[in-house]
Amino acid sequence: MLLFSRQGKLRLQKWYTATAERDKKKMVRELMQIVLARKPKMCSFLEWRDLKIVYKRYASLYFCCAIEEQDNELITLEVIHRFVELLDKYFGSVCELDIIFNFEKAYFILDEFLMGGEIQDTSKKSVLKAIEQADLLQEEDESPRSVLEEMGLA
Amino acid sequence: MPAPIRLRELIRTIRTARTQAEEREMIQKECAAIRSSFREEDNTYRCRNVAKLLYMHMLGYPAHFGQLECLKLIASQKFTDKRIGYLGAMLLLDERQDVHLLMTNCIKNDLNHSTQYVQGLALCTLGCMGSSEMCRDLAGEVEKLLKTSNSYLRKKAALCAVHVIRKVPELMEMFLPATKNLLSEKNHGVLHTSVVLLTEMCERSPDMLSHFRKLVPQLVRILKNLIMSGYSPEHDVSGISDPFLQVRILRLLRILGKGDDDSSEAMNDILAQVATNTETSKNVGNAILYETVLTIMDIKSESGLRVLAINILGRFLLNNDKNIRYVALTSLLKTVQTDHNAVQRHRSTIVDCLKDLDVSIKRRAMELSFALVNGNNIRGMMKELLYFLDSCDPEFKADCASGVFLAAEKYAPSKRWHIDTIMRVLTTAGSYVRDDSVPNLIQLITNSVEMHAYTVQRLYKALLDDISQQPLVQVASWCIGEYGDLLVSGQCEEEEPIQVTEDEVLDVLEGLLVSNLSTPVTRGYSLTAIMKLSTRFSSVNRIKKVVSIYGSSIDVELQQRAVEYNALFKKYDHMRPALLERMPIMEKTATNGPTEIVQTNGETEPSVVETKHLPPVTQPANQANDLLDLLGGNDVPVIQTTMPTKPASAGGELLDLLGDLSLSGGPTPAPAPSVPSSQPSFLLDGLSSQPLFNDIATAAIPPMTAYNKNGLKIDFTFERANPNPNVAVITIHASNSADADMTEFVFQAAVPKTFQLQLLSPSSNVVPALNQGTVTQVIRVLNPQKQQLRMRIKLTYTLKGSPVQDLAEVNNFPPQSWQ
Repeated sequence: MLLFSRQGKLRLQKWYTATAERDKKKMVRELMQIVLARKPKMCSFLEWRDLKIVYKRYASLYFCCAIEEQDNELITLEVIHRFVELLDKYFGSVCELDIIFNFEKAYFILDEFLMGGEIQDTSKKSVLKAIEQADLLQEEDESPRSVLEEMGLA
Repeated sequence: MPAPIRLRELIRTIRTARTQAEEREMIQKECAAIRSSFREEDNTYRCRNVAKLLYMHMLGYPAHFGQLECLKLIASQKFTDKRIGYLGAMLLLDERQDVHLLMTNCIKNDLNHSTQYVQGLALCTLGCMGSSEMCRDLAGEVEKLLKTSNSYLRKKAALCAVHVIRKVPELMEMFLPATKNLLSEKNHGVLHTSVVLLTEMCERSPDMLSHFRKLVPQLVRILKNLIMSGYSPEHDVSGISDPFLQVRILRLLRILGKGDDDSSEAMNDILAQVATNTETSKNVGNAILYETVLTIMDIKSESGLRVLAINILGRFLLNNDKNIRYVALTSLLKTVQTDHNAVQRHRSTIVDCLKDLDVSIKRRAMELSFALVNGNNIRGMMKELLYFLDSCDPEFKADCASGVFLAAEKYAPSKRWHIDTIMRVLTTAGSYVRDDSVPNLIQLITNSVEMHAYTVQRLYKALLDDISQQPLVQVASWCIGEYGDLLVSGQCEEEEPIQVTEDEVLDVLEGLLVSNLSTPVTRGYSLTAIMKLSTRFSSVNRIKKVVSIYGSSIDVELQQRAVEYNALFKKYDHMRPALLERMPIMEKTATNGPTEIVQTNGETEPSVVETKHLPPVTQPANQANDLLDLLGGNDVPVIQTTMPTKPASAGGELLDLLGDLSLSGGPTPAPAPSVPSSQPSFLLDGLSSQPLFNDIATAAIPPMTAYNKNGLKIDFTFERANPNPNVAVITIHASNSADADMTEFVFQAAVPKTFQLQLLSPSSNVVPALNQGTVTQVIRVLNPQKQQLRMRIKLTYTLKGSPVQDLAEVNNFPPQSWQ
């Protein structure tokens, strides 16, 4: 799964197969080139090497997935859409800047939604709930100290 | 040391950089700060630093020095640290680094953590980037979690198990017991991931597949519930209940139903239901329909269902959404073999797709159109396809041209139509046509005897228009060379004959020779064509002049040809008409055959036989070297029956052979005169229509037995090729006295350096048992130095299923055979 802007800046990359760093960079460059060259009316699928590429543009960001021969392209479009909805719900009307400044959170959401390239949970609600809970845990981690400090500071 | 800046600060700062260099500078500064902070082993800010490092990594900068820090974060007790640590591990580490193995213990501990979110993190990391070693170590833990009652963990464990199985397929067995109750879950997340797990297991192991077949009814039930149940806000997408789960179940059903009648029957109803009830207004609905169609096509569904599926695809084709059309074309391509008639119904829509702007759709439509061409629709389809060829992108032209040729060959309604179509392709996409189509076309033209005049006329006209497309020019010049007399005499019946004089024709051909657009190959073609016209036209002097000019051409190939043709004029004028006679009809070779058709006049018969027996014949050519090695490393120039395939015109090939066979090779004129005297017996003997040198006088040389072992007996009979006393023609007769046939019989021979050997194709490669028949093969041996003939032979055959190989030396040649 790749997210990149119209200017060719990578915003998120998730690899589900072990690939060398060098090859990753090459592939990202190639894919970006191919997808950015597509005209707006063209279909969302294309063939690249022995994979199928499914991409969709949301505002200024391209969401791009590479799937295998036997996978369903149309449902992949839905997967991409679901991911965007999750981001939207979490950030509240998400825009590219949100993803830039909170990239680690975008990753957390993605990791809660997909694992090994497959969907973990088909319910938006439960994915978002899990993220919320995890965020709470994170805050709990950080807050006791400040509370104690406050209490300690007379 | 001041506190390291926050992540957001860093991001903001880097974004203000206006140039790449500025950005690099900032990053380097920050990296240095981070490095020193790491060295200080400060726990408080490690998380922040690693997060910053990850950001810089995404921008493309090296971040490997953070790998160990990630591990430290994972080991920390704080959730925040763990979160970033695992993220870093997934981004920076993979199985290629040895460092990753250190994670195994941490993950193990975290898999048993009290907080489910920590367990989730560990499962996620393992499931995304776990190496096979890690998977082996931790599979037990994953299996345990697969059985837990916590659905949050169960779903993650299921996908983690999928990854483990992908990495280490042997561990599949381990997860089997845990899968028992997976499908009875209510939680969609667990259901979905379980289906994925089951799919993975079934795809990998046929045993698992048969084991899980019993789940089909359960799956059907779940699917039914999904469709029938009312609106469930949690899983709804545009009015459809949990499409992701539906698609996954359909896919699993596909795998389970493939090849199995019972399962397929159990699914028929539900598939029909899904196919008819799903809403198609949104992409989601179409996604489900697509998966359904794929499933119907793969399992043993009843024909009504299959027709339903194809109709769905037909509807897809009419959809405005490009994606859907693309998907439809792809699926139709897969099904066109099996359900040809059903797909034919949608032919017009498919042909319309050829005009689409999208490249992917055009390609699919083109492939599908070619698959749909048959005897009935060939004319209409070809019109569309030719139009497509005219207007399509260059990347398509080669494939389209080849496709057109193939289709035309198979279904051409008439020869004239066929030739017209080929002409059309050559003129529109001439330069993209594949090289091997030129000989194919030439052969086709030769075979349509009655069309010769028409063809040559059309080609001539095409040449007048445009000489830039090489394949067209090559075919045209070959034809003019062959049928120039028809052209000049204006004999065309099919269309208005044009008035062409000999000079005009020669002008055109000479024009080709000098033009910059012509490749060397084309020049070769035209020179040979000019030469051939010397027997058909009367202006021989002009031709002689042209030919002699090229005798000093820089191009070696042209020079050689010109010199030989010159020689033909001067010394061998009496042979000229015979050599340059019209080509006989060539037999059709295998459809994808290489340019074997370029066999010359002389070799038509052997070439026919040999292309059918291509494997055995080429073998001797390759293995002759083995034999040569046996003869003590002598390089015996074994003359191979498969002539080196040069893309030269077939007529010229004859003379090329003369050149090739010259022992010294190369473009020196000297061998040319000497060659005919010793070689013609090889070539012209084979000429069916040229009894120039009369019957091979059979000298009275006694036959001999060359080999007799294990039931295989090889006899040699001799003939002396007249008039060349240096050539001995040996016919071997192989007979088999064993009680089983000897199949794949191959006879090879090698002779010492001073001899030359030519092996023609055998009559068959099966020697029947019990002496019921013999296999014969002709060997010609040239023995200019009149030395004692020796030969080493190698025999390979299969007897009663086991291959046998034998070598033998033959020294008992009767003296008359070589004196």
